[in-house]
Amino acid sequence: MKLIVAIVRPEKLNDVLEALYKEEVRGLTITLARGHGGELESVETYRGTTVKMKLVDKVRLDIGVSDPFVERTVRAIMRSGRTGEVGDGKIFILPVQKVYRIRTGEEDVEAVTPLA
Amino acid sequence: MDSMNGADTAWMLVATALVLLMTPALAFFYGGLVRSKNMLNTLMMSFASLGAVGIAWAVLGYSLAFADGNGFCGGGAYLLLHGVGLESKGSIPHLLFMAYQGTFAIITAALISGAIVERMRFRAYLAFITLWSLVVYAPVAHWVWGGGWLARLGALDFAGGTVVHVNAGVGALVAALVLGPRKDYGRQALLPHSVPFVLLGTALLWFGWFGFNGGSALGANASAVLAFVNTMLAPMGTLVVWMFLDLARTGRATAVGAATAVVIGLVAITPAAGFVPPISAIALGALAALPSHYAIVWRSRTGLDDSLDVLSAHGVGGAVGALLTGVFAVKVWGGADGLLAGNPEQLGRQAVAVCATAAYSAVGTFAILKLIGLVAPLRAPGREEGIGMDVPQHGEEAYSSGEGAILVMPDNAPAAGAIAVPEGRS
Repeated sequence: MKLIVAIVRPEKLNDVLEALYKEEVRGLTITLARGHGGELESVETYRGTTVKMKLVDKVRLDIGVSDPFVERTVRAIMRSGRTGEVGDGKIFILPVQKVYRIRTGEEDVEAVTPLA
Repeated sequence: MDSMNGADTAWMLVATALVLLMTPALAFFYGGLVRSKNMLNTLMMSFASLGAVGIAWAVLGYSLAFADGNGFCGGGAYLLLHGVGLESKGSIPHLLFMAYQGTFAIITAALISGAIVERMRFRAYLAFITLWSLVVYAPVAHWVWGGGWLARLGALDFAGGTVVHVNAGVGALVAALVLGPRKDYGRQALLPHSVPFVLLGTALLWFGWFGFNGGSALGANASAVLAFVNTMLAPMGTLVVWMFLDLARTGRATAVGAATAVVIGLVAITPAAGFVPPISAIALGALAALPSHYAIVWRSRTGLDDSLDVLSAHGVGGAVGALLTGVFAVKVWGGADGLLAGNPEQLGRQAVAVCATAAYSAVGTFAILKLIGLVAPLRAPGREEGIGMDVPQHGEEAYSSGEGAILVMPDNAPAAGAIAVPEGRS
């Protein structure tokens, strides 16, 4: 089992969710986040005050998957979240020690297998 | 020496301010219906009309609409407000009449923005509404109110059902077709980001509409009272029917639906306000709910991305109102007799007015957009559409947390260590 953490553009979130749905990746958590990965800052002006937005709005997806699903999940996010411009985000894959489904007490692979 | 009347002037001063308020109200009505990343852009499309169209009106538009000319268009006598002073026009000062009519031109152009939100380049939009107010709005206003051919024909339009609403509604349809749908249209759910703003905008529109219809009597008189009361009753009829339609269709009466219903009721009573008895106004409002309701349901299943349903609300609502004016009008209340009072010809005149306005608006809007399109792109790049129009087009966010914002010091910034006080934040 792996935990896939992906940081993507908020404006690509719908595309990413659609792609994941088509790959039958069902269980996921998203968090609205702010971050910075080297993209050019956008300049905003409010009356005489000019600011550069160093931190950019991002969305973080946390997806726990069984090993056979890692590859297709990553591919789906890469394909759907990409614009080619700096700032498309990152994908991190972390080992998972243990998973429980709270409702049933199922463990590990069973716990990350979606309900039929 | 003149027939100036203090009471009339007082009411028209208030009515002018009321109608001017409708454009910011429209901004919030439309703003609430778009996604938060396009909020400022949508607000600015209405606010910009207060500037661009207002100035165009004073410089040229008023003359094209109300100076003596031919049946199609006014002349240049009032260019740069030349000859528009404190002399009386009817029972109010000419200058006040000009200002009152200017508020109509402003909101009519702003209405079209609802069809092209979330995707149009702001510069192209500015050019579009300015040209549109001069080339499309001013002549049609002349036809109906400036002594043009529809006035001579005897078509009834109390406060602008054809001039404002059919005109803007058809312009919106053409603009949506020329611009094309948003890239996410039909693929993703494009939901209103603030329904409370939609309701707030609706409330202010209704309030302003008392000046729009009540003021179209051009005085504090019995006709104004009839128009005022009809402006109150008709949307109530529409609202009740709409809630039943919502309940029948989905089992729930929606807030966005209620707001839409009030606007459609207001649109529909606009041409009829000073011509129909109050009970007929309720019937007119109630009937007007049906075509617009089904037009909205139908439109959302098509590829036509008239994003905020300007065609269904203003085009269809305005046309239905103008036609029903020819049905319900009664001469003793003002104007002429309609179908129910035994004068079927009036309905024919109303139909001519609707069709002529629709045809002219369609052709004019198409020509202006294609012309601007030759000089510069009409649409923002797809990437900007994804990010939302606010930051790329305006350099601001509607709902900024300010976190992570680095202050850019101007060249004459105070030395390091001094406390920076940004301008405008004192």
